[in-house]
Amino acid sequence: MSTTEHQSDPHVEPHAADVAHDGHADGEFAHKPDSYYVKIALILAVITALETSTYWIDFGAFFLPTLLILMAIKFVMVASLFMHLKFDSKIFSWMFYSGLLLAIGVYVAFLATFRFFAPT
Amino acid sequence: MAVHTPVTDGHDDHGHGAAHATSTGLSNNKMAMWLFLGSECLLFGGLISTYMLYRGRHPADLGPDQIYDIPFTSVSSFILLMSSLTMVLAVSAASMKDDRRTNLWLTITALLGATFVGGQVYEFTSFYREGLGFTSSLFSSSFYTLTGFHGVHVTVGIIMLMALVGINKRGRIPGQKAEVVELVGLYWHFVDVVWIIIFTLVYLIPS
Amino acid sequence: MAIIERPSTPAVVGAGAGAPAVVTPSQAYGVLRRPVAATGWRSWVFTVDHKKLGIMYGVVSLFFFLVGGFEALLIRLQLAGPEGTVLSAGLYNEMFTMHATTMVFLFVMPMAAAFANYLVPLQIGARDVAFPRINAFGFWCFLAGAIFINTSWFLGGAADGGWFMYQPNANALFSPSHGIDFWGLGLQITGIASLTGAVNLIVTILNMRAPGMSLMKMPIFTWMILVIQFLLLFAMPVITVALFLLMFQREFGATFFDVSAGADPLLWQHLFWIFGHPEVYIIVLPGFGIVSEVLPVFARKPLFGYRFVVFSGAAIGFVGWGVWAHHMFASGLGPVSVAVFSVATMLIAIPTGVKIVNWTMTLWGGKIWFSTAMLFAIGLIVEFTIGGLSGVTHAVAPSDTQQTDTYYIVAHFHYTIFGGAVLGLFAGFYYWWPKIFGKRLSESLGKWNFWLMIIGMNLTFGPMHIIGLQGQPRRMMNWTEARAGEGFFNLGFWNRVASVGSLILAVGVAFFIVNIWVTHRPSSKTPKSELDPWDARSLEWITQNPPKEHNFDSIPTVHALDEFFHRKYEVDHDTGEVTKVASAEEILAAEEAKADHHIHLPSPSYWPIILAFSLPVMGYGVIFNRFLIVAGALGVLLAMFGWALEPSVADDSDYDPPAEGGSNKELATIG
Repeated sequence: MSTTEHQSDPHVEPHAADVAHDGHADGEFAHKPDSYYVKIALILAVITALETSTYWIDFGAFFLPTLLILMAIKFVMVASLFMHLKFDSKIFSWMFYSGLLLAIGVYVAFLATFRFFAPT
Repeated sequence: MAVHTPVTDGHDDHGHGAAHATSTGLSNNKMAMWLFLGSECLLFGGLISTYMLYRGRHPADLGPDQIYDIPFTSVSSFILLMSSLTMVLAVSAASMKDDRRTNLWLTITALLGATFVGGQVYEFTSFYREGLGFTSSLFSSSFYTLTGFHGVHVTVGIIMLMALVGINKRGRIPGQKAEVVELVGLYWHFVDVVWIIIFTLVYLIPS
Repeated sequence: MAIIERPSTPAVVGAGAGAPAVVTPSQAYGVLRRPVAATGWRSWVFTVDHKKLGIMYGVVSLFFFLVGGFEALLIRLQLAGPEGTVLSAGLYNEMFTMHATTMVFLFVMPMAAAFANYLVPLQIGARDVAFPRINAFGFWCFLAGAIFINTSWFLGGAADGGWFMYQPNANALFSPSHGIDFWGLGLQITGIASLTGAVNLIVTILNMRAPGMSLMKMPIFTWMILVIQFLLLFAMPVITVALFLLMFQREFGATFFDVSAGADPLLWQHLFWIFGHPEVYIIVLPGFGIVSEVLPVFARKPLFGYRFVVFSGAAIGFVGWGVWAHHMFASGLGPVSVAVFSVATMLIAIPTGVKIVNWTMTLWGGKIWFSTAMLFAIGLIVEFTIGGLSGVTHAVAPSDTQQTDTYYIVAHFHYTIFGGAVLGLFAGFYYWWPKIFGKRLSESLGKWNFWLMIIGMNLTFGPMHIIGLQGQPRRMMNWTEARAGEGFFNLGFWNRVASVGSLILAVGVAFFIVNIWVTHRPSSKTPKSELDPWDARSLEWITQNPPKEHNFDSIPTVHALDEFFHRKYEVDHDTGEVTKVASAEEILAAEEAKADHHIHLPSPSYWPIILAFSLPVMGYGVIFNRFLIVAGALGVLLAMFGWALEPSVADDSDYDPPAEGGSNKELATIG
């Protein structure tokens, strides 16, 4: 529901909103041209194609690490560039990644107790 | 951001509303959204772990390696990924107060999302036809639960996008329009990055 | 979706009365008028005021404290003699399950939310929380979920699988009633309250502090609440996953925990305790925060090592994520896992010990005022330490294997939860009562309240150490004379002592209720409290008792930790001598003299309660009739759109007199 709580004065000039913000004001920050986002999307598309190619091409021992690294790259690219974490306050990154890292830590430990990672 | 006078407002007879500073200088709404997304990581983490634990527990002929249609899922994953592009273009247009393009990109994003959900429905139906019901095996239960939760998240996102377009057309978005679009965008991108993980861990890595 | 009326003085409800509604086109749409009542039940049901919501949280959770206590008394009555017949075996199972569920989810957590809601904005110098409507929504979700869970008593029986609901015992095969379905769905609903509350309070604390209040000048209670909200934020989704799996298993035929289908029932245990152990700290940290406020005030000394208390609280919160499997030492985890979690568990005793030392050092050399609040705070230090020490014996895995599922565990967690959380909450009641209700509770009744509770709790839970080590299992509906043993270690004797203790404890709690009645009954002679009855130290005391609706006439600027103390007293840094330079009245008058002209409070709303009470409809739908799910979902959808379209603060022109330059009095009471 948080999307629906607004700073609710429609009369305020939108630019006034940024006066109060520090260096990385949100909303108006980092006006990247559309072409910038298209380029990122192209890179993401290429990575996805690479990922999918593992279905047809045998990568041998590199298979698993390749996939995991590509996945992480895609994740970080979308989070940093499309979700603007790179341009935004570090507090947001900190909040999101603490949740993510906690999830990874806890659930990896959880799977480890089931010997999920033990060689079969 | 409903409280109107946390800090500076008292001596400010005109330009109240969005202009007053928070202690960190950051928007309450955005901070709330990021906290919520941080929390969602633990939700999807639990569902993914459950799937990982159970993905190998199925009858020999109805496991992930037999049933997944990787080319098909690759296409729908690609569509969802591209919806992130259109979403960010909508946010960009909204920050430049271009209502027409904002609505256009939001609509396209919703359509791409709907295509993805449609693909998921198709996938579920074909799996079901092949005999993989929700209760067939531990693999199937955990698979449908995980991807179903994700699908519901996408569907909620589509509803938010369409509502946003509808309200925007009538000029009724209260507060700062650009920020509302951005918040919906954050949610949408999050759903997309979750799928990036699911696509790799669930589909591409064989059990 | 609201036509905003002009909240004139006196507030008028409905159209036609007073001036015609002036609405700006951007906001005048929809079907429901915005609620404006400033008095009567509407002013409570549709309120978004954090203080009213805090009081409602408190009243409801106090009620459930009595319900949970009643359930506990029935259990102790059953066990008072050999082969008790007060409860049937099935009812006994329901009773201990619901006792724990009620106390954890419907008393301690919401009571902590009551304190947090009421006090955090006051302690940081804010006029409300960041998202007032979400705050209201959280309260109504809690109430809706609490009612939903408890209706199971009348609809086929309550949950009977223990509050941890271990699988596969909680599967439909072994628990055919709907009790566990009610339990799971109800906790999902109260979980929404916790999650939204967590987001709301974190944003409030980080973003709405008064000017000058850096994080390290924040009152310690607010700090602990911040830590707790992060724990809730990350722990609630884990139990959400577990509860969904449980629901899919019981309602839709999935086999997530069914051993015969090849499943690992330990999956449930892991998910439950990944949530459950942070939950333990969610329960106990509010009490820690409260006593960290109470001890310095009544010892007339600053909190010893404020930074250490803050960081140890954060450390407890962090390490609390790495110890969950110590609840599962007996489940066959394997030696490596057991060793790792055993060491992590011992580690967490360190920050906890730091806190105990800091509290003790705060008392050292202080001019101690043994008020009731102070007694409860000291009680917490003593009783919680006992519980902490028995906790260390569980951290040693071999010894824990012996203790698992015996009354020794019951003794341990009651010393930590009752001795830690509940005594802390009672210290908070007595300390903040004059702030919230404008009157002090009776100190003499309070002393009775305290001593009876302390004697009662030690008589109840102390003997459980003995009967536990003697081998009496938890959750057994009776014990027999033949196997009770001889002499000092006779189970029968100690069970009787525990049962008598529980009655004394109940009388102690009754004294609290009597105290409230004596203080607030219509013929009460209790005078209005002084402005600063305890010579307190933090920001919430620079307001009226009870605070005005907008809390502060002007937002105070903060210069120091313990801001209020430093405004009242001057400390000579060489001699350490403290001289009083201003009274509380003078400080408040100075603040009120520079009152803000333009105070704009969030407007009440129908949507939070409509949205919250649509959820149990869906819950009943899952259990009884799938059409109800659709009905509830429609309610949810409607309320969400209504909410999204309704501005959270009425526009300037919707006030009477209009906001521009107007006096703030009318603006403040928009109800």
